[in-house]
Amino acid sequence: MYTQALNTREAIGPVEDPEHEARFQARVDGEEKVEPNDWMPEAYRRLLVRQISQHAHSEIVGMLPEGNWITRAPTLRRKAALLAKVQDEGGHGLYLYAAAETLDVSREELVEQLLAGKAKYSSIFNYPTLTWADIGAVGWLVDGAAIMNQIPLCRCSYGPYARAMIRICKEESFHQRQGYEIILTLSRGTAEQKAMAQGALNRWWWPSLMMFGPSDKESQHSDKSMRWKVKRFSNDELRQKFVDATVPQGLYLGLTFPDPELRFDEASGHWAFGAIDFDELRQVIAGNGPCNHERMKARRKAHDDGAWVREAALAYAEKRRSRRDTARAA
Amino acid sequence: MPRSAGRGGIPQERRELVTERNIPLWEVFIRSRNGLAHKHVGSLHAADSEMALQAARDVYTRRGEGLSIWVVPSAAIVASDPADKEVLFEPTASKVYRHPTFYEVPDEVGHM
Amino acid sequence: MTTIIAADAPLVQYALRLADNALVLGHRLSEWCGHAPMLEEDIALANIALDLIGQARPLYAYAAELEGEGRNEDKLAYLRDASQYRNVLLVEQPNGDFAVTIVRQFLYAAFMAPFWRLLAGSRDATFAAIAAKAEKEAAYHLRHSAEWLIRLGDGTPESHARAQAALDELWMYTGELFEADAIERGLIERGVALDPQTLRPEWDETVDRVLGEATLKRPPDGWMQTGGRTGRHSEHLGFILADMQFLQRAYPGATW
Repeated sequence: MYTQALNTREAIGPVEDPEHEARFQARVDGEEKVEPNDWMPEAYRRLLVRQISQHAHSEIVGMLPEGNWITRAPTLRRKAALLAKVQDEGGHGLYLYAAAETLDVSREELVEQLLAGKAKYSSIFNYPTLTWADIGAVGWLVDGAAIMNQIPLCRCSYGPYARAMIRICKEESFHQRQGYEIILTLSRGTAEQKAMAQGALNRWWWPSLMMFGPSDKESQHSDKSMRWKVKRFSNDELRQKFVDATVPQGLYLGLTFPDPELRFDEASGHWAFGAIDFDELRQVIAGNGPCNHERMKARRKAHDDGAWVREAALAYAEKRRSRRDTARAA
Repeated sequence: MPRSAGRGGIPQERRELVTERNIPLWEVFIRSRNGLAHKHVGSLHAADSEMALQAARDVYTRRGEGLSIWVVPSAAIVASDPADKEVLFEPTASKVYRHPTFYEVPDEVGHM
Repeated sequence: MTTIIAADAPLVQYALRLADNALVLGHRLSEWCGHAPMLEEDIALANIALDLIGQARPLYAYAAELEGEGRNEDKLAYLRDASQYRNVLLVEQPNGDFAVTIVRQFLYAAFMAPFWRLLAGSRDATFAAIAAKAEKEAAYHLRHSAEWLIRLGDGTPESHARAQAALDELWMYTGELFEADAIERGLIERGVALDPQTLRPEWDETVDRVLGEATLKRPPDGWMQTGGRTGRHSEHLGFILADMQFLQRAYPGATW
């Protein structure tokens, strides 16, 4: 059950408790799910809060680049599909905030962290969607990369996170197909449309590969995360899976990947690709991507503009309660 | 992420003073088909019960998942303590006579 | 592919009026996506927008079929200019703050919920079928917007003031909902269209009840704006269409 009240810090126990920790690890090793009010190491709780809230923030910020094209979608069918898709991302953010809230933080706190610039979200959403083809590329590549990450999370050791991910993956299944269909239509269209599709692939390919994070050699949180079965595969493993799945899809479209080193390696059975510019990733994460400022500005504006609405809803709820109490007393 | 003042319209200093009141959390239960029990599907935030019900409809039944919704304030749920798991649930493990397979009925008697 | 002019047959025009109302309001609501006051409401507004876009599509398809010019929903939506659009002025008004959006939705839904309910009995089978589906959607839109309006009106002094201001601002667009011109009168006589005047008592009753609960004042029925249904729009529609039709205009004849 997802309740805040049950997850007081005291219930989680002292941070250093080798006996509890050993028992906890044994449960995790035995593939038993950890539930909200179970004992858990403080570091496990913190790791989850960070990861789940970053994931939630990514869904919410991710609504912006795609939402950008809802009013300009070229047909009514595309308009409805895109709106439903971006709405889904909002829903996914909601499920994830709720999962994080089982760990003794409120959504309000998490949102504050995002708006104050203290929390991170996926670097990919700091890139602009410049043409309609970008909507196709985001669905095909960005959602495709996200699915690679998310499917193993359905088996994550923390119950509420795993359950949220199962629901998300189920809903997500139309997103990538929606994107691929857009790109496919463009790549079969006029010369201008084909150029639009190629341009989108050129701009989104490398940032999509960066979504898997730094290479395994540099990743900070991986060890613990793997030991606690929050994470099941390393960044590089997932990235390779994504490349192997995506390259044939791109070739089918008749598009070219912006990587001269991309080639199929018969010996390993995998697609080999060129070096990723991790400096660009570091810059985008540090706030220097093309749209970091705009994205945060849009989130802050929505939050600030909505404050009076949330206040009104709370004020009305209080009035209603006190009226009911008065009526009962009378 | 840069934290410069005023980017969202409100200067950083003011933002930290405005502590937002939490909107209550609700647990959502949905009956997917007639005859089935309501099942917990997730949570949401709403200021009151009517808004919680509408939000539950809008968030959790977008793909035809439900025929009936319950919303319950999360704070109203009383849960057992996981530390009591052994005390509460292990004693039943030895009561094998509560299960039909404990009893022997000859095959000739047929299904019972 | 250049700008098109829809056939002026009454049935076509009637379908377009209903379709344009739904599409333009759906488009407006979709502008909220990612920017609503809280996540739950972001999802709720998108649901309403999707319902409205979903209502528009079969109406356009029907208009295209009646025209018999080989057009489809997208040609009618994306290739008519503002003067060919037939929606009421109310639905094209900008989102404003959340109070404006909710008041606009409420005033419209209070009209459309009974409208679709009664149109479900139309002698025209296509209108009847579309109405039967839209009726349930509009009833929920009314419920959702009414509950919000009550909370805004009876919430804080700020929300009350914003809700009252929105109501005062949008009231002059409500008169147009109840107009019927020569195009419609013939259809009304044949039992195909609905005389909007018959919805007046129910609309008044809904509006008065909700405004009462919201502690808001019903504005006096002063001068009412009109013209949308014959193509004389406010300045806002041109911008909506500039956005909406951009790709179809910039790449004529392409398939998307």
